[in-house]
Amino acid sequence: MKVSMEVNGRAVSGDIEGRTLLVDFLREGLHLTGTHVGCDTSQCGACTVHVDGAQVKACTIFAAEAEGAKITTIEGVAAPDGTLSTVQQAFQDYHGLQCGFCTPGMVMAATSLLKDNPKPTEAEIRHHLDGNICRCTGYHNIIKAIMAASGQEMPALAAE
Amino acid sequence: MYAFEIERPTTLDAAKAAIADGGQALSGGQTLIPTLKARLADPEKLVSLHNIPELKGISTDGDGRICIKGATVHRAVADGASGYPALASLAARIGDPAVRTRGTIGGSLANNDPSACYPAGVLASGAVIVTDRREIAADDYFLGMFDTALDEGEIIIEVKFPVPQVACYEKFIQPASRFPLVAVFVAKFADGVRVAITGASGEGVFRWTAAEEALSANFTPEALDGIAMDSSPMIADLHGDKAYRAHLCSVMAKRAVKNAK
Repeated sequence: MKVSMEVNGRAVSGDIEGRTLLVDFLREGLHLTGTHVGCDTSQCGACTVHVDGAQVKACTIFAAEAEGAKITTIEGVAAPDGTLSTVQQAFQDYHGLQCGFCTPGMVMAATSLLKDNPKPTEAEIRHHLDGNICRCTGYHNIIKAIMAASGQEMPALAAE
Repeated sequence: MYAFEIERPTTLDAAKAAIADGGQALSGGQTLIPTLKARLADPEKLVSLHNIPELKGISTDGDGRICIKGATVHRAVADGASGYPALASLAARIGDPAVRTRGTIGGSLANNDPSACYPAGVLASGAVIVTDRREIAADDYFLGMFDTALDEGEIIIEVKFPVPQVACYEKFIQPASRFPLVAVFVAKFADGVRVAITGASGEGVFRWTAAEEALSANFTPEALDGIAMDSSPMIADLHGDKAYRAHLCSVMAKRAVKNAK
Protein backbone atom coordinates (compact mmCIF):
# COMPACT_ATOMS: atom_id res chain seq x y z
CA MET A 1 0.00 0.00 0.00
CA LYS A 2 0.98 3.64 -0.51
CA VAL A 3 1.69 6.02 2.34
CA SER A 4 2.42 9.75 2.28
CA MET A 5 3.49 11.99 5.11
CA GLU A 6 5.68 14.98 5.89
CA VAL A 7 9.02 14.17 7.51
CA ASN A 8 11.16 17.02 8.81
CA GLY A 9 9.29 19.45 6.57
CA ARG A 10 9.68 17.34 3.42
CA ALA A 11 6.79 15.59 1.68
CA VAL A 12 7.60 11.90 1.33
CA SER A 13 5.77 8.80 0.17
CA GLY A 14 6.52 5.16 -0.27
CA ASP A 15 5.23 1.64 -0.68
CA ILE A 16 4.74 -0.21 2.58
CA GLU A 17 3.18 -3.37 3.94
CA GLY A 18 0.38 -3.20 6.49
CA ARG A 19 2.82 -4.42 9.13
CA THR A 20 5.54 -1.85 8.32
CA LEU A 21 6.33 0.09 11.48
CA LEU A 22 6.92 3.83 11.24
CA VAL A 23 10.49 3.33 12.46
CA ASP A 24 11.18 0.88 9.63
CA PHE A 25 9.74 3.26 7.07
CA LEU A 26 11.95 6.06 8.43
CA ARG A 27 15.12 3.99 8.62
CA GLU A 28 14.83 1.67 5.64
CA GLY A 29 12.48 3.63 3.39
CA LEU A 30 13.87 7.12 3.94
CA HIS A 31 17.36 6.17 5.22
CA LEU A 32 16.85 8.39 8.27
CA THR A 33 18.84 6.16 10.59
CA GLY A 34 19.11 8.61 13.46
CA THR A 35 15.94 7.12 14.94
CA HIS A 36 17.25 4.04 16.73
CA VAL A 37 15.69 0.67 17.53
CA GLY A 38 16.95 -0.33 20.95
CA CYS A 39 14.64 -3.05 22.19
CA ASP A 40 11.98 -3.82 19.57
CA THR A 41 9.59 -4.49 22.45
CA SER A 42 8.26 -0.92 22.93
CA GLN A 43 10.11 -0.33 26.18
CA CYS A 44 13.30 1.64 25.58
CA GLY A 45 12.18 4.83 23.81
CA ALA A 46 15.28 5.07 21.57
CA CYS A 47 12.92 5.33 18.58
CA THR A 48 11.00 8.33 19.96
CA VAL A 49 9.85 10.78 17.26
CA HIS A 50 7.19 13.48 17.15
CA VAL A 51 3.97 12.75 15.25
CA ASP A 52 1.91 15.91 14.76
CA GLY A 53 3.91 17.48 17.58
CA ALA A 54 3.45 14.73 20.18
CA GLN A 55 6.04 12.15 21.14
CA VAL A 56 5.48 8.62 19.94
CA LYS A 57 7.58 5.46 19.89
CA ALA A 58 8.10 4.95 16.17
CA CYS A 59 8.31 1.20 16.79
CA THR A 60 4.79 1.19 18.25
CA ILE A 61 2.85 2.84 15.44
CA PHE A 62 2.39 1.50 11.95
CA ALA A 63 3.62 3.61 9.05
CA ALA A 64 0.09 3.38 7.62
CA GLU A 65 -1.24 5.12 10.74
CA ALA A 66 1.04 8.09 10.05
CA GLU A 67 -0.63 8.78 6.70
CA GLY A 68 -0.88 12.55 6.30
CA ALA A 69 0.96 13.25 9.57
CA LYS A 70 3.80 15.66 10.22
CA ILE A 71 6.78 13.73 11.59
CA THR A 72 9.87 15.17 13.23
CA THR A 73 12.88 12.91 13.74
CA ILE A 74 16.24 13.64 15.35
CA GLU A 75 17.50 14.68 11.88
CA GLY A 76 14.97 17.52 11.90
CA VAL A 77 15.93 19.00 15.27
CA ALA A 78 19.08 20.97 14.42
CA ALA A 79 18.95 24.08 12.21
CA PRO A 80 19.52 23.55 8.48
CA ASP A 81 23.05 24.96 8.83
CA GLY A 82 23.87 22.31 11.43
CA THR A 83 23.55 24.53 14.50
CA LEU A 84 22.43 22.25 17.32
CA SER A 85 19.12 22.86 19.07
CA THR A 86 19.21 24.13 22.65
CA VAL A 87 18.52 20.62 23.94
CA GLN A 88 21.16 19.01 21.72
CA GLN A 89 23.75 21.61 22.72
CA ALA A 90 22.96 21.09 26.40
CA PHE A 91 23.42 17.31 26.02
CA GLN A 92 26.88 18.03 24.60
CA ASP A 93 27.76 20.67 27.21
CA TYR A 94 26.64 18.57 30.18
CA HIS A 95 27.89 15.24 28.84
CA GLY A 96 24.37 13.86 28.69
CA LEU A 97 25.46 10.84 26.69
CA GLN A 98 28.09 8.18 26.72
CA CYS A 99 27.52 5.55 24.03
CA GLY A 100 24.86 7.75 22.46
CA PHE A 101 22.47 5.03 21.41
CA CYS A 102 19.54 6.31 23.48
CA THR A 103 20.32 9.95 22.76
CA PRO A 104 18.02 10.53 19.76
CA GLY A 105 15.08 9.33 21.83
CA MET A 106 16.21 11.32 24.86
CA VAL A 107 16.51 14.52 22.82
CA MET A 108 13.09 14.01 21.23
CA ALA A 109 11.50 13.30 24.63
CA ALA A 110 13.21 16.29 26.25
CA THR A 111 12.22 18.58 23.39
CA SER A 112 8.63 17.45 23.78
CA LEU A 113 8.71 18.06 27.54
CA LEU A 114 10.10 21.58 27.24
CA LYS A 115 7.51 22.52 24.64
CA ASP A 116 4.70 21.69 27.10
CA ASN A 117 6.51 22.61 30.30
CA PRO A 118 9.32 25.14 29.71
CA LYS A 119 10.53 25.13 33.35
CA PRO A 120 10.18 21.56 34.62
CA THR A 121 11.34 20.44 38.04
CA GLU A 122 13.83 17.61 38.39
CA ALA A 123 10.95 15.32 39.40
CA GLU A 124 8.94 16.32 36.34
CA ILE A 125 11.91 15.62 34.07
CA ARG A 126 12.42 12.18 35.59
CA HIS A 127 8.70 11.41 35.28
CA HIS A 128 8.72 12.50 31.64
CA LEU A 129 11.68 10.22 30.87
CA ASP A 130 9.88 7.14 32.25
CA GLY A 131 9.80 5.63 28.77
CA ASN A 132 13.39 6.35 27.77
CA ILE A 133 16.04 3.94 28.96
CA CYS A 134 19.75 4.76 29.15
CA ARG A 135 22.18 2.05 30.22
CA CYS A 136 25.29 4.22 30.45
CA THR A 137 24.86 7.55 32.15
CA GLY A 138 22.80 6.77 35.23
CA TYR A 139 20.59 9.64 33.98
CA HIS A 140 22.12 12.39 36.15
CA ASN A 141 23.83 14.20 33.29
CA ILE A 142 20.73 13.84 31.12
CA ILE A 143 18.67 15.51 33.84
CA LYS A 144 21.30 18.24 34.16
CA ALA A 145 21.30 18.82 30.42
CA ILE A 146 17.53 19.19 30.28
CA MET A 147 17.52 21.52 33.28
CA ALA A 148 20.19 23.60 31.57
CA ALA A 149 18.30 23.59 28.29
CA SER A 150 15.30 25.00 30.14
CA GLY A 151 17.49 27.88 31.34
CA GLN A 152 17.33 26.89 34.99
CA GLU A 153 20.04 26.88 37.61
CA MET A 154 21.29 23.36 38.08
CA PRO A 155 21.26 22.42 41.75
CA ALA A 156 23.12 19.36 42.98
CA LEU A 157 21.00 16.33 42.31
CA ALA A 158 19.66 14.59 45.37
CA ALA A 159 20.95 11.18 44.33
CA GLU A 160 24.54 12.29 43.71
CA MET B 1 5.24 -9.83 12.68
CA TYR B 2 3.02 -11.96 10.52
CA ALA B 3 1.65 -10.11 7.49
CA PHE B 4 -1.74 -8.39 7.61
CA GLU B 5 -3.67 -5.63 5.90
CA ILE B 6 -4.49 -2.39 7.63
CA GLU B 7 -7.50 -0.16 7.04
CA ARG B 8 -8.04 3.38 8.27
CA PRO B 9 -11.78 4.15 8.14
CA THR B 10 -12.95 7.66 8.98
CA THR B 11 -16.49 6.84 10.08
CA LEU B 12 -17.83 4.46 12.69
CA ASP B 13 -20.07 2.78 10.13
CA ALA B 14 -17.10 2.05 7.89
CA ALA B 15 -15.15 0.66 10.84
CA LYS B 16 -18.03 -1.59 11.85
CA ALA B 17 -18.30 -2.88 8.28
CA ALA B 18 -14.56 -3.58 8.11
CA ILE B 19 -14.62 -5.40 11.45
CA ALA B 20 -17.70 -7.41 10.43
CA ASP B 21 -15.72 -8.37 7.34
CA GLY B 22 -13.12 -10.13 9.48
CA GLY B 23 -11.03 -7.22 10.71
CA GLN B 24 -9.69 -6.74 14.20
CA ALA B 25 -9.96 -3.33 15.84
CA LEU B 26 -6.68 -1.49 16.39
CA SER B 27 -6.98 1.42 18.78
CA GLY B 28 -3.82 3.03 20.20
CA GLY B 29 -1.88 -0.18 19.65
CA GLN B 30 0.29 0.23 22.74
CA THR B 31 -0.46 -3.36 23.77
CA LEU B 32 -1.56 -4.85 20.45
CA ILE B 33 1.51 -3.78 18.45
CA PRO B 34 4.03 -5.29 20.92
CA THR B 35 1.82 -8.41 20.92
CA LEU B 36 1.99 -8.56 17.13
CA LYS B 37 5.75 -8.01 17.21
CA ALA B 38 6.08 -11.02 19.50
CA ARG B 39 3.98 -13.05 17.03
CA LEU B 40 1.40 -13.72 19.72
CA ALA B 41 -1.43 -12.62 17.40
CA ASP B 42 -2.06 -13.28 13.73
CA PRO B 43 -4.89 -11.09 12.42
CA GLU B 44 -5.65 -10.97 8.70
CA LYS B 45 -6.74 -7.36 8.84
CA LEU B 46 -6.43 -4.54 11.37
CA VAL B 47 -8.97 -1.73 11.41
CA SER B 48 -7.52 1.45 12.90
CA LEU B 49 -10.00 3.43 15.02
CA HIS B 50 -7.63 6.40 15.24
CA ASN B 51 -9.11 8.54 12.48
CA ILE B 52 -12.77 8.47 13.43
CA PRO B 53 -13.91 11.83 14.84
CA GLU B 54 -17.06 10.22 16.31
CA LEU B 55 -14.82 8.20 18.64
CA LYS B 56 -12.84 11.13 20.08
CA GLY B 57 -13.54 13.72 22.71
CA ILE B 58 -14.66 14.46 26.25
CA SER B 59 -18.01 15.99 27.22
CA THR B 60 -20.44 16.27 30.13
CA ASP B 61 -23.95 14.84 29.79
CA GLY B 62 -27.26 16.02 31.30
CA ASP B 63 -26.67 13.92 34.43
CA GLY B 64 -23.29 15.58 35.05
CA ARG B 65 -21.36 12.49 33.95
CA ILE B 66 -17.97 12.89 32.26
CA CYS B 67 -18.28 11.11 28.91
CA ILE B 68 -15.08 10.01 27.18
CA LYS B 69 -15.23 8.63 23.65
CA GLY B 70 -13.55 5.27 23.11
CA ALA B 71 -10.59 6.35 20.97
CA THR B 72 -9.68 9.32 23.18
CA VAL B 73 -6.00 9.10 24.06
CA HIS B 74 -4.72 9.16 27.65
CA ARG B 75 -3.02 12.50 27.15
CA ALA B 76 -6.31 14.10 26.08
CA VAL B 77 -8.00 12.77 29.22
CA ALA B 78 -5.11 13.96 31.40
CA ASP B 79 -5.46 17.44 29.92
CA GLY B 80 -9.21 17.54 29.34
CA ALA B 81 -11.06 15.69 32.12
CA SER B 82 -10.77 18.56 34.59
CA GLY B 83 -14.30 17.84 35.82
CA TYR B 84 -13.01 14.61 37.34
CA PRO B 85 -9.48 15.37 38.63
CA ALA B 86 -8.76 11.89 40.01
CA LEU B 87 -9.51 10.36 36.62
CA ALA B 88 -7.36 12.96 34.83
CA SER B 89 -4.56 12.14 37.26
CA LEU B 90 -4.91 8.43 36.53
CA ALA B 91 -4.64 9.09 32.80
CA ALA B 92 -1.60 11.34 33.32
CA ARG B 93 0.29 8.46 34.96
CA ILE B 94 -0.42 5.61 32.54
CA GLY B 95 2.74 4.16 31.02
CA ASP B 96 4.99 6.93 29.73
CA PRO B 97 4.46 10.06 27.59
CA ALA B 98 4.65 8.19 24.27
CA VAL B 99 2.12 5.62 25.46
CA ARG B 100 -0.17 8.47 26.54
CA THR B 101 0.07 10.03 23.08
CA ARG B 102 -1.32 6.90 21.40
CA GLY B 103 -3.03 4.68 23.98
CA THR B 104 -6.81 4.99 24.34
CA ILE B 105 -9.41 4.37 27.03
CA GLY B 106 -11.36 2.01 24.78
CA GLY B 107 -8.28 0.00 23.96
CA SER B 108 -7.33 -0.31 27.62
CA LEU B 109 -10.82 -1.46 28.60
CA ALA B 110 -11.20 -3.88 25.69
CA ASN B 111 -7.85 -5.44 26.58
CA ASN B 112 -8.53 -5.55 30.36
CA ASP B 113 -4.95 -6.21 31.39
CA PRO B 114 -5.05 -7.36 35.03
CA SER B 115 -2.61 -4.58 35.89
CA ALA B 116 -4.02 -1.76 33.77
CA CYS B 117 -4.97 1.57 35.34
CA TYR B 118 -8.26 2.44 33.63
CA PRO B 119 -10.22 -0.64 34.81
CA ALA B 120 -9.75 0.55 38.41
CA GLY B 121 -11.07 4.02 37.59
CA VAL B 122 -14.00 2.67 35.62
CA LEU B 123 -15.03 0.09 38.23
CA ALA B 124 -14.60 2.42 41.24
CA SER B 125 -16.63 5.10 39.47
CA GLY B 126 -19.45 2.73 38.57
CA ALA B 127 -19.07 3.97 35.00
CA VAL B 128 -21.16 2.79 32.06
CA ILE B 129 -19.45 1.39 28.96
CA VAL B 130 -21.38 2.25 25.80
CA THR B 131 -20.71 0.04 22.81
CA ASP B 132 -22.03 0.00 19.26
CA ARG B 133 -24.64 -2.48 20.52
CA ARG B 134 -25.59 -1.71 24.15
CA GLU B 135 -24.69 -0.16 27.47
CA ILE B 136 -22.76 -2.27 30.00
CA ALA B 137 -22.41 -1.35 33.69
CA ALA B 138 -18.84 -1.54 34.96
CA ASP B 139 -19.94 -4.14 37.53
CA ASP B 140 -20.96 -6.44 34.67
CA TYR B 141 -18.10 -5.65 32.31
CA PHE B 142 -14.85 -7.03 33.80
CA LEU B 143 -14.96 -10.85 33.69
CA GLY B 144 -11.37 -11.78 34.51
CA MET B 145 -7.85 -11.53 33.19
CA PHE B 146 -8.03 -10.14 29.61
CA ASP B 147 -11.74 -11.08 29.60
CA THR B 148 -14.66 -8.69 29.27
CA ALA B 149 -18.38 -8.71 28.49
CA LEU B 150 -17.61 -7.52 24.95
CA ASP B 151 -18.72 -9.81 22.15
CA GLU B 152 -16.59 -10.52 19.09
CA GLY B 153 -16.17 -7.33 17.08
CA GLU B 154 -18.03 -5.13 19.58
CA ILE B 155 -16.61 -1.59 19.69
CA ILE B 156 -16.44 0.68 22.75
CA ILE B 157 -18.00 3.98 21.70
CA GLU B 158 -17.95 5.88 24.98
CA VAL B 159 -17.45 5.55 28.72
CA LYS B 160 -19.73 7.58 31.03
CA PHE B 161 -18.31 8.38 34.47
CA PRO B 162 -20.48 9.57 37.35
CA VAL B 163 -18.33 12.14 39.18
CA PRO B 164 -17.78 11.33 42.86
CA GLN B 165 -17.66 13.89 45.68
CA VAL B 166 -14.02 13.02 46.27
CA ALA B 167 -11.75 10.38 44.76
CA CYS B 168 -8.12 9.36 44.42
CA TYR B 169 -6.04 6.84 42.48
CA GLU B 170 -2.95 5.61 44.32
CA LYS B 171 -0.55 3.53 42.29
CA PHE B 172 2.44 1.54 43.53
CA ILE B 173 4.41 1.26 40.35
CA GLN B 174 6.38 -1.67 38.99
CA PRO B 175 9.25 0.44 37.67
CA ALA B 176 10.25 -1.72 34.71
CA SER B 177 6.81 -2.07 33.14
CA ARG B 178 5.24 1.22 34.38
CA PHE B 179 2.16 -0.85 35.23
CA PRO B 180 0.86 -0.87 38.80
CA LEU B 181 2.19 -3.59 41.05
CA VAL B 182 -0.94 -2.72 43.01
CA ALA B 183 -3.13 0.36 42.55
CA VAL B 184 -6.31 1.41 44.29
CA PHE B 185 -9.02 3.80 43.12
CA VAL B 186 -11.30 5.09 45.89
CA ALA B 187 -14.44 7.06 44.95
CA LYS B 188 -16.82 8.56 47.55
CA PHE B 189 -20.36 9.18 46.30
CA ALA B 190 -23.35 10.55 48.21
CA ASP B 191 -24.74 7.03 48.54
CA GLY B 192 -21.52 5.23 49.46
CA VAL B 193 -17.87 4.52 48.73
CA ARG B 194 -16.53 2.30 45.95
CA VAL B 195 -13.01 0.82 46.05
CA ALA B 196 -11.46 -0.91 43.03
CA ILE B 197 -8.07 -2.60 42.95
CA THR B 198 -5.91 -3.42 39.92
CA GLY B 199 -2.60 -5.22 39.60
CA ALA B 200 -3.19 -7.40 42.65
CA SER B 201 -5.43 -10.26 41.57
CA GLY B 202 -4.95 -12.87 38.89
CA GLU B 203 -8.61 -12.32 38.06
CA GLY B 204 -7.97 -8.68 37.21
CA VAL B 205 -9.66 -5.61 38.66
CA PHE B 206 -12.04 -6.19 41.57
CA ARG B 207 -14.04 -4.30 44.18
CA TRP B 208 -12.95 -4.51 47.81
CA THR B 209 -16.40 -4.65 49.36
CA ALA B 210 -15.29 -4.96 52.99
CA ALA B 211 -13.34 -1.72 52.63
CA GLU B 212 -16.29 -0.08 50.87
CA GLU B 213 -18.59 -0.85 53.81
CA ALA B 214 -16.10 0.45 56.36
CA LEU B 215 -15.37 3.63 54.38
CA SER B 216 -19.05 4.29 53.70
CA ALA B 217 -19.55 4.41 57.49
CA ASN B 218 -16.34 6.33 58.24
CA PHE B 219 -14.29 7.83 55.41
CA THR B 220 -10.90 7.86 57.14
CA PRO B 221 -7.75 5.77 56.60
CA GLU B 222 -8.17 4.38 60.12
CA ALA B 223 -11.49 2.84 59.10
CA LEU B 224 -9.45 0.27 57.17
CA ASP B 225 -7.43 -0.82 60.21
CA GLY B 226 -7.96 -4.50 60.87
CA ILE B 227 -9.76 -5.23 57.59
CA ALA B 228 -7.85 -8.16 56.18
CA MET B 229 -7.42 -8.72 52.45
CA ASP B 230 -7.59 -12.38 51.45
CA SER B 231 -4.22 -13.11 49.84
CA SER B 232 -5.25 -16.34 48.09
CA PRO B 233 -6.38 -14.74 44.76
CA MET B 234 -3.35 -12.42 44.64
CA ILE B 235 -0.74 -12.53 41.88
CA ALA B 236 2.64 -13.91 42.95
CA ASP B 237 5.71 -13.19 40.81
CA LEU B 238 9.31 -12.13 41.23
CA HIS B 239 8.17 -8.57 42.01
CA GLY B 240 6.04 -9.54 45.00
CA ASP B 241 4.39 -12.54 46.62
CA LYS B 242 0.72 -12.89 47.54
CA ALA B 243 1.09 -11.57 51.08
CA TYR B 244 3.04 -8.54 49.82
CA ARG B 245 0.36 -7.63 47.29
CA ALA B 246 -2.43 -8.17 49.83
CA HIS B 247 -0.63 -5.83 52.22
CA LEU B 248 -0.15 -3.25 49.47
CA CYS B 249 -3.91 -3.23 48.81
CA SER B 250 -4.50 -1.93 52.32
CA VAL B 251 -1.60 0.53 52.24
CA MET B 252 -2.61 2.03 48.90
CA ALA B 253 -6.30 2.17 49.86
CA LYS B 254 -5.41 4.13 53.01
CA ARG B 255 -3.30 6.54 50.99
CA ALA B 256 -6.12 7.01 48.50
CA VAL B 257 -8.57 7.84 51.29
CA LYS B 258 -6.10 10.25 52.87
CA ASN B 259 -5.41 12.02 49.57
CA ALA B 260 -8.93 11.94 48.13
CA LYS B 261 -10.22 15.27 46.85
